[in-house]
Amino acid sequence: MERPLTKNIDAGREPLGLKDYEAAGGYQAVRKVLQEMTPEEVTAAVKKSDLRGRGGAGFPTGLKWSFVPMGDDAPRPKYLVCNADEMEPGTFKDRVLLEGDPHQMVEAMIVAGYAMGADVGYIFLRWAYRLANQRLLAAIAEANAAGYLGDNILDSGYSFKLHVHTSAGRYICGEETALLNSLEGKRAIPRAKPPFPQISGLWGKPTIVQNVETLCNVPHIINRGADWFKSISRSAEGGTKLYGVSGRAKNPGCWELPMGTPIREIIDEYAGGMQDGLKLRGLLPGGASTDFLVEEHFDTPMDYASIAAAGSRMGTGTMILLDDGNCPVGMVLNMMEFFARESCGWCTPCREGLPWVEKILQAIEDGNGCAEDLDRLSAHARDLGHGNTFCALAPGAMEPLQSSLKYFREDFQSHITNKRCPWS
Amino acid sequence: MLNDQVQKEIRGELEHYPTPRAGCIEALKIVQNHERWVSDTALQEVADLIGIPAAELEGVATFYNLIYRQPVGKHVILLCDSVSCWLTGCGKIRAGIKQRLNIDFGQTTADDRFTLLPMACLGNCDHAPSMMVGEVLHQDLTPESLDQILEGVD
Ligand SMILES: Cc1cc2nc3c(=O)[nH]c(=O)nc-3n(C[C@H](O)[C@H](O)[C@H](O)COP(=O)(O)O)c2cc1C
Ligand code: SF4
Repeated sequence: MERPLTKNIDAGREPLGLKDYEAAGGYQAVRKVLQEMTPEEVTAAVKKSDLRGRGGAGFPTGLKWSFVPMGDDAPRPKYLVCNADEMEPGTFKDRVLLEGDPHQMVEAMIVAGYAMGADVGYIFLRWAYRLANQRLLAAIAEANAAGYLGDNILDSGYSFKLHVHTSAGRYICGEETALLNSLEGKRAIPRAKPPFPQISGLWGKPTIVQNVETLCNVPHIINRGADWFKSISRSAEGGTKLYGVSGRAKNPGCWELPMGTPIREIIDEYAGGMQDGLKLRGLLPGGASTDFLVEEHFDTPMDYASIAAAGSRMGTGTMILLDDGNCPVGMVLNMMEFFARESCGWCTPCREGLPWVEKILQAIEDGNGCAEDLDRLSAHARDLGHGNTFCALAPGAMEPLQSSLKYFREDFQSHITNKRCPWS
Repeated sequence: MLNDQVQKEIRGELEHYPTPRAGCIEALKIVQNHERWVSDTALQEVADLIGIPAAELEGVATFYNLIYRQPVGKHVILLCDSVSCWLTGCGKIRAGIKQRLNIDFGQTTADDRFTLLPMACLGNCDHAPSMMVGEVLHQDLTPESLDQILEGVD
């Protein structure tokens, strides 16, 4: 089984330094694109691979790049931003890549930067990733000294500066336009789209925002081609995916596996199944902003199309398991507290609606719910849904809510009827 | 007054951005590294140094939860209370901290040593429950390991 993104990673030791990374084939993609390919050819290669964004939305990466103005008349400077904010609850895959192979991240930035003609790159890193910060800074310093970054890289005429920007908290910073405002030193409020960042992003210049894992695929696609990329998956969608499992499994963790590995296989073979005495009741396939899946879905392959067909989203691909020793109402309440707290406050339905949802759920959990509450929750799930709010935070929050009302309705009902939480 | 060291660090960070304004969050964090929190005086001085109105900088400072506009203790405990940590028992850790240090979320111990704050998912979910004490990550927490960790902090 091929594991291109994590092949250099061994949690038991320090990540590879520049020399070892080069010896393992590192920076070959930088040499190849700078010496043999035009930027347009790099974008075409990524397009051909059908790589889709790994940050949650699954947007085709090559297509995104093709909207960037190119050529001598294009506005400058152009910016490439790596989204390393990773605050989606239950998500810990980008951390693995950043801490485990920082040079791969740097190389990916240079290759992607070249494709879009970026002058400057920022890695937008959440503050809490202290080790990743330290290791990225060390890798960038080595890459600068070796001439992979800076002016006229490897005598190609291409210049690219790379900075790490550490954030100061708030989940909304991960939303790509809020992230741009944050990088500009403002409150992290999302921006209206259009204009899309590819046309008018950071300081009004063409900008691409891309997830850590998405970018880390790029050097491998350049080195080995689209056909190889498609061949290493188990589904119509190419490549590998960093899948994660958290919750009360025997061996929670993160593994790079072929795209399309079935849910049950990931949980049983990699996460070791549930802890003794606990039964799996349901799961969120890709972070807190995705719909619950239950027993009938556990044989579904983890890829964008299959998880969508099962009624959820692949999201970040890091699943959160609900066991029968935890209360589904309590779990959803916990997530609504999170979303209400992290709402940026810009638009009314989200700012006002999420705290209301939280209060209703708290009442139900405390045994103070009433029969109409379930309809009220369903109404919120509809009214805070896609198209009704300024960004995707609130609609994402409604996904676990609406699906819990569908799959765990009896649990909600029993809280209301018996005026208590059976788990407390 | 922001001392020379703080000013030097801030100026170094500003070089990473085309406008000084973009460095304002970094500047607030630098102040905090030296003084634990951002006082009204420090806020005004950073605003002057960067060249933006203090009111605007206040808007930024109060948006981000890791910029402290109130005094905090010597060690800030950031306890993850997001869903994977909830499923694995962060409630017990919060109770343990309360029992041991007599503080809940948003509070500081009487001796100014610890402040406890809730934290959005720390991205360490395979080792939940997790928390940070200062810049150090602690994982797979149990009420027993919590005792050891708190004892080990100076
Ligand atoms: C509330 C919210 C939070 C988000 N957080 C992240 C994040 O932490 N990391 C990330 O890569 N994408 C996050 N996204 C998705 C980004 O907006 C964007 O789609 C992504 O960075 C694009 O990169 P990709 O195409 O490589 O996935 C978030 C979206 C929303 C609405
Ligand atoms: S949906 Fe929520 S997070 Fe998004 S803009 Fe509106 S208030 Fe802000």
